Amino acid sequence: MKSRYIKQQGFFAVVRLSAFLLAFAIGAFLVYILVNGIGAISWEFLTQPPRDSMTKGGIMPAILGTVYLTVGAIAIALPLGVVSAIYLSEYAKQGLLVRAIRVGVNCLAGVPSIVFGLFGLGLFVLFLQFGSCILSGALTLGFLILPTIIGASEEALKSVPATFREASLALGVSKWETIYRIVLPNALPGILTGSILGIGRAAGETAPIMFTAAAFYTAKLPGSIFDEVMALPYHVYVLATAGTHIEETRGLQFGTVLVLVGLVLGIDLIAIVIRSYMRKKKRW
Amino acid sequence: MVLNNNVLQTKNINFFYGNFRALTDVSMDYQKNKVTALIGPSGCGKSTLLRLLNRMNDLIDGTRVEGEVIYEGKNIYAPNVDPVEIRRRIGMVFQKPNPFPKSIFNNITYGPRLHGITRKSDLEALVERSLKQASLWGEVKDILGQSAMALSGGQQQRLCIARALAMKPEILLMDEPTSALDPISTAKIEELTQELKDNYTIIIVTHNMQQAARVSDFTGFFYLGNLIEFNPTEKLFTTPEKKQTEDYITGRFG
Repeated sequence: MKSRYIKQQGFFAVVRLSAFLLAFAIGAFLVYILVNGIGAISWEFLTQPPRDSMTKGGIMPAILGTVYLTVGAIAIALPLGVVSAIYLSEYAKQGLLVRAIRVGVNCLAGVPSIVFGLFGLGLFVLFLQFGSCILSGALTLGFLILPTIIGASEEALKSVPATFREASLALGVSKWETIYRIVLPNALPGILTGSILGIGRAAGETAPIMFTAAAFYTAKLPGSIFDEVMALPYHVYVLATAGTHIEETRGLQFGTVLVLVGLVLGIDLIAIVIRSYMRKKKRW
Repeated sequence: MVLNNNVLQTKNINFFYGNFRALTDVSMDYQKNKVTALIGPSGCGKSTLLRLLNRMNDLIDGTRVEGEVIYEGKNIYAPNVDPVEIRRRIGMVFQKPNPFPKSIFNNITYGPRLHGITRKSDLEALVERSLKQASLWGEVKDILGQSAMALSGGQQQRLCIARALAMKPEILLMDEPTSALDPISTAKIEELTQELKDNYTIIIVTHNMQQAARVSDFTGFFYLGNLIEFNPTEKLFTTPEKKQTEDYITGRFG
């Protein structure tokens, strides 16, 4: 009896330790960025373009660029992903074709992001002649996060109780109306969870936008979706590797990373608030 | 048993889940404004039969129907028949109460709205009428805006009945509607079936033989996918024609 108790305590200790370790790692990471980056943050930093070969000034164009690219990617991937998920889980006859599509989607999730970058360069920038611009970048990022969104949406659709579908169909409501009015609204919180993960990835990726959207430097703010933009992750990459003043701009690099992390958390927070509001309304 | 005044008829129905034959050659007539009960042990095919009367079994992959279900002189499995329209005319109440996670009001108006009723006063009248028919009006008339999920199980089931009635169906199929409910709620639903049969034709599947005896006018006894006996309820429970029926209703098997 006693040894069992000790075993149990030992197991709990291991579990607890793992959880704390994880929390500590994330905490340490955030604190490190905060401590190193906070010095760079100022009103000027957030609202002005860079100057003096990007050793001074702000990162406003990059902030805006990242926001545009992320919102664009979500705007492309969310509808496409949700519609694909509806097809896969509600309409398609489960068989070889659907399994092949699922395998394809899962493989897509494992493709390195630089491959997406090259794909975007080949298809959108060169073949479709969009050039390096917001549209090309958003499309590329959209494809990158598509598997995440399809996966989460499928899970969410499946988690809507079958009895809701039955109840609606038994009232003489068509399948499409049932999906649109009953299944989709109840799956929305789960779908949003998927897009939250997608937002984080889309905002933070450097490789996919390197050839498709990101400019090394442009003080001009984009006027249309066919303009090139600066982006936060690429800006960090440029400052940390390609500049002639790498050491000098260390503070700016950390500041930019801090803004990027803050931006992603901010967008996530909005999605989380919407989700929890929706969850509160449902009960089953 | 051949009867006139029937609204629904199954003719030589065979039903398959894949290669498994769940129903064998079932022919039955369902009388207008009567309650017909389908009884039998688990797995005897009674729920399968009920669900094919409004084509709910269409939703299960790998199923197949042979034979005809005649409604208003037409086979509802004919290729030109829209199952959505059939389900609107033949409503269904399920084993477990399954209200939508919406308000009481919106649960009831969900179907009618999608069929073109949009005037607020029409919808309000419909909600009141349906809830009254399901004897739920008195309990919920002041909380129509609240979530249906907050109601008790028995109230939820009556709401589901009201929701089905709001579509103004001709026939109401009930698939063990009280098996998840307490005795008081069960009694209320049984009482309700007696009131409803003035306006609707009811076909009810039940595990509970006493319930079948209490609420139905006709009873069909099923065993292993076969309709063993179909007779007026009083006859079936007092002087059954078949030995198997007698064994079942006296509790010797099943």
